[in-house]
Amino acid sequence: MAKQRVMVIGGGLAGLAASMKLAELGIDVDLMSLTPAKRSHSVCAQGGINSCNDQTRQLGDSEWKHFDDTVYGGDFLQHQPPVKEMTDWAPKVIELMDRLGVTFNRTQEGFIDRRRFGGTLYKRTAFAGATTGQQLLYALDEQVRRWESDGKVTKYEFWDFLGPVLDENGVCLGCVAQDLVTMEIRSFRADAVVLATGGCGLIYGRSTMSMVCTGSAVSRSFQAGARYGNGEFIQVHPTAIPGADKLRLMSESARGEGGRVWVPRTSQDPRDPKNIPEKERYYFLEERYPEYGNLVPRDIATREIFDTCVNGGLSVEAGRQCVYLDLTHIDADELTRKLGGILSIYEKFQGVDPRFTPMKIFPAVHYSMGGLWADYERTAEGGLQPGSPRNQVTDIPNLYAIGECDYQYHGGNRLGANSLLSCIFSGLFVAPGLENLLKSQSSSAADQDASLYEGAVRQHQEQHQALLKRPVGKENPYLIHQELGDLMTKAATVVRRNDQLEAAYSACIELHERAQKCSLSDTGNWTNQNVVFTKALLDMFPLAKSILKGALQRDECRGAHFKPGFKMPSLTGEDAGDRRREAEAWCDRFDANNEKWLKSTVATWNDTEPDIDYEDVDTSLITPRPRLYGLAGAEVIERVWRERQAAKADRPGGNRATKSGETATAGAATS
Amino acid sequence: MAATSSNGHATPDAFEVRILRQAGPGQHSYWERHRVKYEHDMNVISVLQRIAANTKTVEGKSVAPVAWDCNCLEEVCGACTMAINGHVRQACSALVDHLLEDNPNEITLEPMTKFPALRDLCVDRGRLFRSLQRVKAWVPVDSYYDLGPGPKQSREEQEAAYPLSECMSCGCCMEACPQYMKVELTQNEGENDADFETRQQEAYDGAFLGAAAISQAVLFNANPTGKNIAGERLDALMGEGGIQVCGNAQNCVAVCPKEIPLTTSIACAGRSTTRHALKSWFDR
Repeated sequence: MAKQRVMVIGGGLAGLAASMKLAELGIDVDLMSLTPAKRSHSVCAQGGINSCNDQTRQLGDSEWKHFDDTVYGGDFLQHQPPVKEMTDWAPKVIELMDRLGVTFNRTQEGFIDRRRFGGTLYKRTAFAGATTGQQLLYALDEQVRRWESDGKVTKYEFWDFLGPVLDENGVCLGCVAQDLVTMEIRSFRADAVVLATGGCGLIYGRSTMSMVCTGSAVSRSFQAGARYGNGEFIQVHPTAIPGADKLRLMSESARGEGGRVWVPRTSQDPRDPKNIPEKERYYFLEERYPEYGNLVPRDIATREIFDTCVNGGLSVEAGRQCVYLDLTHIDADELTRKLGGILSIYEKFQGVDPRFTPMKIFPAVHYSMGGLWADYERTAEGGLQPGSPRNQVTDIPNLYAIGECDYQYHGGNRLGANSLLSCIFSGLFVAPGLENLLKSQSSSAADQDASLYEGAVRQHQEQHQALLKRPVGKENPYLIHQELGDLMTKAATVVRRNDQLEAAYSACIELHERAQKCSLSDTGNWTNQNVVFTKALLDMFPLAKSILKGALQRDECRGAHFKPGFKMPSLTGEDAGDRRREAEAWCDRFDANNEKWLKSTVATWNDTEPDIDYEDVDTSLITPRPRLYGLAGAEVIERVWRERQAAKADRPGGNRATKSGETATAGAATS
Repeated sequence: MAATSSNGHATPDAFEVRILRQAGPGQHSYWERHRVKYEHDMNVISVLQRIAANTKTVEGKSVAPVAWDCNCLEEVCGACTMAINGHVRQACSALVDHLLEDNPNEITLEPMTKFPALRDLCVDRGRLFRSLQRVKAWVPVDSYYDLGPGPKQSREEQEAAYPLSECMSCGCCMEACPQYMKVELTQNEGENDADFETRQQEAYDGAFLGAAAISQAVLFNANPTGKNIAGERLDALMGEGGIQVCGNAQNCVAVCPKEIPLTTSIACAGRSTTRHALKSWFDR
């Protein structure tokens, strides 16, 4: 049998972690990326990476609590075994990154320093200034370069993945890709292909994502038969800097280090913010969520900022929506040491020094919790079976998905500083499974008949030529992209309404038809960015439609998916009896809603539209409980809910395994 | 009607952008002028996006869109380096308001000159990544299994290492360096891709490393585990195209967008190589 090899698509954290681990296992790797690996979107991650650690452990933290915070923050929409495995690995991942030379900030004594992030009460987050993603990426990039020097990894940078190559049984045996410089289209034989291509923020026009985050590789695999999970769960980051070309992230670490969000109590108060006295400022997160304050989970912070500006009319500026994110009460030197990287971004792009003037920020599309559906093999203890080839595999045999482009780890909402973890973890964890997959195979892709690959290449060449030959003077791909972005941003971000989603879905179908009539302004065959962009644009539509249709059908509020028409009510009763009755009804409704909607959305592409199906979620380790952040009457609901859980547990064969006493509390109850 | 920008200056309705274009390697380069409507908060990336959406020159001629390289748009990925009004920098952090203050008539965009041209503002920076291989810019760990935490490090050590580790391989320091000369090879007729690449890497390996790679060698030689192969890195720094090529013009440090103390790194590398040379001589 000829030598086997693995193709990894995407050179961000997940793709690099997988590549270096595969190389260590003795497997030859081809690493393909739209951009040099070192310039991947992971560089934009700022705040840090989470794990339970020696210090938090002594305050009562554990891997289990990190797991619990992650599924609770995700509104229980994740299968729990992969999340448990990830949080169990988290301390080990950080130790490995430390050994690889990541310049984590240090305490006085020389330990890795930690900060607090949203959705937890523990300081779990290790960080390297405010450029943690960049630093982690560089450490992995360096390791992969080491393997490249040894000839174990071959890089194909500036290549665009056009689609998987499937044999007659639908097994992935490689891919077709295009060189972005010479425009050559060729096939790559591979015994497994791993997609690590990140999110799809460009579907929203401007977002915090980088220009390569079009979702095209995922969409091309979706169109080839892989299913897409939880598309409608798009994280809108509460704090970004509005810009003409991009909405630049202002890390949650700004709040983790003590940043306070506020607006003047008087709408569009013309005074310099520093001259507005304390009592005339509305610290709305602190007032509404006394326990978590400015560090409520992202979906909640986003909605509150949105609500304060849009419904409360308290935007700082009249012409555009924004609130203050204020760091000016913190010592300037300390800010430079801990947040220098992000503060300089603000200063560079806004021309104002945030150490002395409050920043102006507004929410922006940031992360796709959804992604390609991926499998896993569960152990009896509820973790993942190490080395199982089922871990991370998509519906297409031998095609894998890891990192942001898979749907597994973050459910309805991702906690800050968990994405770097899920990327590195899934990259490292997939490798031994691939090793076993390769061992189990009796033939190699290199032995396959050439006709399979020639046919696939021909098909992509024909599509390419057809695009180049489009008549001139028709639709403009860049303007279509703007329209798509506006449409998606209006209908499918912070607040979702069925009438708007329905209209947006029809508009999206129409726009897709128009996009197919795009004319190219460049018909050449050398570094033709116009045709590459047009292809990516066309491939945005299957994902955009899945996001819209998933959102339209999901009549509930869960994590980042917020439909006010289906919101769980606050309690309004005056006396204790009324409140008790309301809480009972509330819990009934909570259970009934979970019965119907605690399910992953799974879309299948039928060549024109996504067909939506639902999949049960494995919640066998932690019983789903209500998220009660900021709800009036939360304490009564929590009491009723606990009593019911206790009653269920008393019944023989009753409540499923809930680790004793650790998790059966409805959290964050404040009223 | 003229409006005012965020910092109170009068702004034009539109402005001109002059771009040095080139259709492909070895082809002639030429200037092309575009007129772009002024908007608030524009940077050079948004200017290029507007031009891509409407590729007409000031003369009204339809042309192929301008090719350029970019990704993060936050000045952390290093992709969008080019010469803007004659200064090498990232296009994303080049704000139109500031550029027009310096020169109200036009903005000029040119590709970097020290790397082989691909098309328009795109150049091939493969040599820069090759330099990182030459100096073995990595920590030689035993394996990726869990072997416990890394060595404890003081806050001072972290604070010295962090600025060096922010280098995003953008190429500014190389573009500004008078000793860094362009290496551009063309594929011979009948030469296959692999042979061409080997020949190209050999050519790169004999040419100057540049400040960024020298600074990375210093970074990894200071790492508690990285220093285990410090000798190999110093050998690379002393080899052909090594630190001796530096003419101490100090342009590198002046143009570095991340304000990395590159000349301090070069001085440090100079001292280490001298010690290493003496030691190698005595050990003989």
